[in-house]
Amino acid sequence: MIEVRGLQVRYGGRLVADVPELDVAAGECVAIVGESGSGKSTTLLSLLGLTEHAEVSGRVRVCGVDVLTASPRRLREIRGARAALVMQSPQAALAPATRLGVLMRRALRLHGRTDVDRVMARALEAVLLDPEILRRYPHEVSGGQAQRFAVALAIALGAEVILADEPTSALDVTVQAEVVGVLHRLRAERDLALLLVSHDLALVSTIADRVLVMKDGAVVESGPAAEVLARPSHPYTRELLEALP
Amino acid sequence: MTTDAQPLRRLLPRVPDRFAAFGAVLLAVVVLTALLAPWLAPYPLDEPRPLERLLPPSGAHWLGTDQVGRDVLTRILYGGRTSLFIAVAVLGVSAVTGVTLGVVAGYAGGWVRDVIMRVTDVFLAFPALLLSLALAIVLQPGVNTVILVIAVTWWPWYTRLAASVAASIATRPYVDAARCLGVPAPLIVVRHVLPNSLTPVLVQLSLDAGGVILTSAALSYLGLGAQEPTAEWGLMVQQGQTLFTTNWWVVTFPGLAILVTAFAFNVLGEGLRNALDPRRAVR
Repeated sequence: MIEVRGLQVRYGGRLVADVPELDVAAGECVAIVGESGSGKSTTLLSLLGLTEHAEVSGRVRVCGVDVLTASPRRLREIRGARAALVMQSPQAALAPATRLGVLMRRALRLHGRTDVDRVMARALEAVLLDPEILRRYPHEVSGGQAQRFAVALAIALGAEVILADEPTSALDVTVQAEVVGVLHRLRAERDLALLLVSHDLALVSTIADRVLVMKDGAVVESGPAAEVLARPSHPYTRELLEALP
Repeated sequence: MTTDAQPLRRLLPRVPDRFAAFGAVLLAVVVLTALLAPWLAPYPLDEPRPLERLLPPSGAHWLGTDQVGRDVLTRILYGGRTSLFIAVAVLGVSAVTGVTLGVVAGYAGGWVRDVIMRVTDVFLAFPALLLSLALAIVLQPGVNTVILVIAVTWWPWYTRLAASVAASIATRPYVDAARCLGVPAPLIVVRHVLPNSLTPVLVQLSLDAGGVILTSAALSYLGLGAQEPTAEWGLMVQQGQTLFTTNWWVVTFPGLAILVTAFAFNVLGEGLRNALDPRRAVR
């Protein structure tokens, strides 16, 4: 579902992300790991063509669309509807003065979905949210609920790819497990391609099939998650693992 | 000015401080008396009674009469309609133009913002009153001219304000989220950036209303604004100024009306600003 070859993202000439190869198949979960500023979020955003004012080169295919050459209109069609982004701060990502139900309804209409009510009910069920939440404003829901709502929105729109940018770092531990559980289950049930950006190795070890370790914009190590985490070959990966509590 | 705009509906239940409430009540009185002028006014608007010239305040004429024998209270009540109409019209035109351009500039950024901002710079480079005066001299004096020439100098402030707020809104996660959902830019601006940029604009509007009334009074005072026989506060002050030492009521009462209205708007605006930005509240 995601196919990246020789992706380079530059801001004003400075190389901030250099990813030679990254593939995520349907039903697979790949994690990009690294500290803040390592270029992992930039990589994620460039997959949807959302890196503004940046020079992006290479080849990026998401859901069969060549992102770097696609028209803005074509990009808008895949954004959300086929490849959805789940953001770090879930409540801040919801328009503050809009009820969640209105928001979801608008998103579905925008992408020309019909049978909106049933789709919404099913999506909420899939993430274990009470439909009552649709009547609430973003400040009236918890972080975990907001994050599950974001996932529900992706499901409702029928996304095949979920890009998650630090989806649990703004949540407390028990709620983290809840969100991870939902993502894990949906990936299996719906054959979702899941690309996760995180610095949380505990999370990565429970959910990811493969891992890319990034440092200063470059991929320093990649491979099956179990292998990389058990026998890190790069000193930086070892450092990250040692930093685990 | 807060750039951290909060959605209006969250602010409605908040009780404004007493000072602001006082401003709001005062303003309500001014607006109501202006609206109800035809019913409240004790005399017809334009009925010069040469025999009743320059009568001091009395039971028959609470605020006295002017140099052609017209009731000052009546003229002030009707004058409020003119002054408030000018304020609303100027701010309406300025806010709509200014905010539209500002929000576009703030959200789009890049060369679009540069072009819009340089245009506002050109307008702001002239001293406001001077630009208004120059334009007013060229045009036919009257209420419409007053509205036009003040609005010309006023809108760039709203553009600057809205642009800075919109630029900050544009970086909010929910705006990013909307883009990630494939929402087209114009829809993002209308649905997210505009509504969330309005709170500081609203505060600025109430703060500015007093200034507009003072400016329009100044233009009328200089003979470039409303013309006889229109009742307008600035014009009344201008026509009564030579009588100040002998017949003080002709000029003092319309002057007080300007003062009270400008004061009411300012207090209300100040209160709104405090209510919307807790860091500014001095309690």
